[in-house]
Amino acid sequence: MKKRSGRNGFIFLCAAPAVILFTVFMIIPTINVFRMSLFKRSAYSTTEDFVGLENFTRLMSDANFIRSMQNTILLIVVVTIVTFAFALVFAAILTREKIKGQNFFRIIFYIPNILSVVVISAIFSAIYDTNNGTLNSLLSLFSGETVAILWKGENMVMPSLIIAMVWQAIGYYMVMYMASMASIPQSLYESAGLDGAGRITQFFQITLPLIWTNIRTTLTFFIISTINMAFLFVKAMTSGGPNGASEVALSYMYKQAYTNSSYGYGMAIGALVFIFSFGLSALVNAVTKREPLEF
Amino acid sequence: MKKILSILLVAAMAVSVLAGCSSGADGTTAAPQTDAPAQTQAAGGNETQAPAPADETQAPAADGATITVAAIETAYGSEMWQEVCDAFTAQTGIQVELITDKNLEDVIGPSMQAGDFPDVIHLATGREKALTETFIKDQNIVDITDVLSMTVPGESAVVGDKIAGGFTETSLTNPYGDGKTYLAPMFYSPCGLFYNAGLFEEKGWSVPTTWDEMWALGETAKAEGISLFTYPTTGYFDAFFYALMYSVGGAEFFDQATNYAEGIWDTPEAQTCFDIVAKLATYTEPTTPAQANDQDFTKNQQLVLDNKALFMPNGTWIVGEMAEAPRADGFKWGMTALPAVQAGGDGYSYTWFEQAWIPGGSEHQDEAKQFIAFLYSDVACAIFAKAGAIQPVLNIAQTLEGDNQMFYAIYDNGAKAAMGNFAAYDSGVIGVSNREVWFDPVNSLVSGNMTQQDWIDGIKEVNDQMRANLVQ
Repeated sequence: MKKRSGRNGFIFLCAAPAVILFTVFMIIPTINVFRMSLFKRSAYSTTEDFVGLENFTRLMSDANFIRSMQNTILLIVVVTIVTFAFALVFAAILTREKIKGQNFFRIIFYIPNILSVVVISAIFSAIYDTNNGTLNSLLSLFSGETVAILWKGENMVMPSLIIAMVWQAIGYYMVMYMASMASIPQSLYESAGLDGAGRITQFFQITLPLIWTNIRTTLTFFIISTINMAFLFVKAMTSGGPNGASEVALSYMYKQAYTNSSYGYGMAIGALVFIFSFGLSALVNAVTKREPLEF
Repeated sequence: MKKILSILLVAAMAVSVLAGCSSGADGTTAAPQTDAPAQTQAAGGNETQAPAPADETQAPAADGATITVAAIETAYGSEMWQEVCDAFTAQTGIQVELITDKNLEDVIGPSMQAGDFPDVIHLATGREKALTETFIKDQNIVDITDVLSMTVPGESAVVGDKIAGGFTETSLTNPYGDGKTYLAPMFYSPCGLFYNAGLFEEKGWSVPTTWDEMWALGETAKAEGISLFTYPTTGYFDAFFYALMYSVGGAEFFDQATNYAEGIWDTPEAQTCFDIVAKLATYTEPTTPAQANDQDFTKNQQLVLDNKALFMPNGTWIVGEMAEAPRADGFKWGMTALPAVQAGGDGYSYTWFEQAWIPGGSEHQDEAKQFIAFLYSDVACAIFAKAGAIQPVLNIAQTLEGDNQMFYAIYDNGAKAAMGNFAAYDSGVIGVSNREVWFDPVNSLVSGNMTQQDWIDGIKEVNDQMRANLVQ
C-alpha cells in the first residue's frame, strides 16, 4: 500500500511541471481569449464592457471578415493539395528510384523550410517584381513580348501567395514522407514486381496504404501550419493589400485587435479561428480513418 | 578520492541550482525593464535607484523620483533621446529611465497590459499598432493643458509661448474638441508632393500650381513615357487627403469632414476631392498598387528617383530614407504643396507631427509634465535638431541647413499649413478604420477593381457609424 502511494507521488511530481506549464501557458490564455471575445475593450483598457455575443453576430455580417475567411480556406485547400501532391511524388521518386544526386535534391528541397519568412518574402519580392522580376523576365523571354503581370496586384496576389507557401512547405513534408517510405520493406516491392505490378500500381497499392498513418498526421499539420504561416506570409509580403485583397483570418484579427483598437472583436475572430481549425482537423481525421496496415 | 570528487560535483550542482534561483529572482524584479531588448540604458538598475550617468556631476539631489520615458526610435536615431534625458536630469535632478526601440509597442505593450505604464510615451499616430489611437479612444491620457502655462525648466519662458501657433489647437493634440490639450506636439515635418527638381529644369517644365496645370503636365509627361503620380503606400494618402480637403473647402469643410458631419460627403466640395483623387488614380504609375505594401514601398519611391513617375506624396524623411538609393543623373529633391483647386486659390501642405503624452496609468505625472515642458527648452530643441528632428517651436526654421531649409521654407513660400486628422471614435465602431475606408481603396481605383462610386458609397456607409461613436 505504502509502495503504491509512493509511486503515485512520484508520478505526480514528474507530471506536475508539465501540467503546470501547460495550464499557465496554454489553457488559461485560451480561456482568456474566449472570455475577452465577449467584451468590448482595447488592448490596454482599464475597463471593459460586457457585450455578450455581439462581437460574434457582428462578425457574421462583416464582409471583410468573410473575405479573409474565404482567403484562409482557399489557402488551406489549395496549398494542402498542391504541396501534398508534389511532396508525395518527389518523396516517392527520391526513395524508390535510383537517380544521381539524391541527397543534393533532398537538401535543395529542404532549404526553403529553414529560411525565415522575412527572407522568403524578400526573395519573392524580387521574383514578383513587375519591371525587373525573375518571373516576368522569364515569361517575356518565352513569349517574345514584354510581360508586365502585377503579381502582387489585386487579381494575382492570392495565387502569388500560394506559390510562395507551396515552395516553402514542400521540402518539410517531402522529408516526412521519405522517412516513412524508407521503412517499407524492399521485399514487398520485389514480390509485387514479380506479380507484374508496375511502378504506379506499386505506389498506389503498397506505398500509399503503408504510409497512411503518416499522411493523416501531416494533413492535420497542413491545416494548422497553413493558418499560421498564412499570417506570416501576408504580414511580410503584402500587408494584407492591395485594399485587403490578401487579408487572411489571422492578419485580419491582428488588424482589428491593434490597428483598429477593437481587442474584444479581434479575440472573437481568434476564438472562431480556434474552433474552425480544431473542427476542421477533427473532420479530416475522421474522414481519413482506416484500419492501420502493418508490415 | 572518488568521494571528494563526488562531493565537489554535488557542491557544483548545488551552487549552480542556487545561482539559477538567484538570477531567476533578479529576473522577476527587473522584468518590466529586461523585456526591452534595445533599451539604451543599463537594464540592471531597480526602480528607485537607477544609476546616474557617469558624466553627471552637478545633479542636485532630488526626492529620488525616477520617471520612465518610452520613445519610438525612428530615422532620427535614439542617441538624441539619451542626451535630452541626461540634460533633463542635470536640470531637474529627476532621474530618467529611457526605453527606445523601433518597435516600441512590442517592448512596452506587455508590461502595460500587466498594468505597468511608462510616465511619458513619445510615438506618432498612424502606426500599425495604433497605440496612441487606442489610448485616445480609451480616454486614458492625462490632460496636459497646464503644461502649456508651465515655465520651461531652466528658462524663464512659458511652454505655451514657445510652441508655434496652431500646434496645440488641432484635433491631434486636443482629440476630444473640449479645448483641453492631451498630446504634446513633437518633431514636425511638412508633407507635400516630392519630385525630381533636376528633371523639371532639364525639360523646362514648371511645377503646377493648380490641378488643371497638373493634368496638363500629366499629358505632357505621358507623351515622354513618364507617369504623373505614384505613392509609397495608401497610408501616405492621409496627409495628402487632409491637405486636399483644406485646399478644396478650407478649414470649415475640413473640420466638418473630419468630424463626420451628416451629409458632408454629398457636398460639392467632397465631390471635388473625390474627383481629383479618382482622376489622379488614372495618372498613377500602373505598377504602384502591386508595390504599395510595407515590403515593396521603396520600389514606388524609386520610381521618382528613376524618372518613371513625377510626383509622390511624402514627408521630409524621404531624403534620409532613400539616401543610398541609385538615382537618375542630375537628380535633385524638390517639394511642393498640393496645387490649388482654382487659379489664385491656396496651396496647402499638411504638417505632420509626432506626439508625446502621459498615459493615465503613469505614477509620476508631475515629473512627467516637467519632462514634457523640458522638451521645448532651447537645450532640448538644439539636441533634437542636431539629429534632424525639428521641434514645433517659434523661430526654429532659421537654424536649419541643406535640404531641410528648402522643405521647411514651404510655408514661407505661400503654401498654407494644414493640420488635424479624423476625429477619434470609440470602440463602438468595429471592423472598419479610416484607412481601410478612405485610403486603401485608392489601390483598387488605380488597378480598376473598384469604381469611384463604390469608393464614395463605402465612405458614406461608415460615416454615420463613426459620427454616432465619436469620443466626447
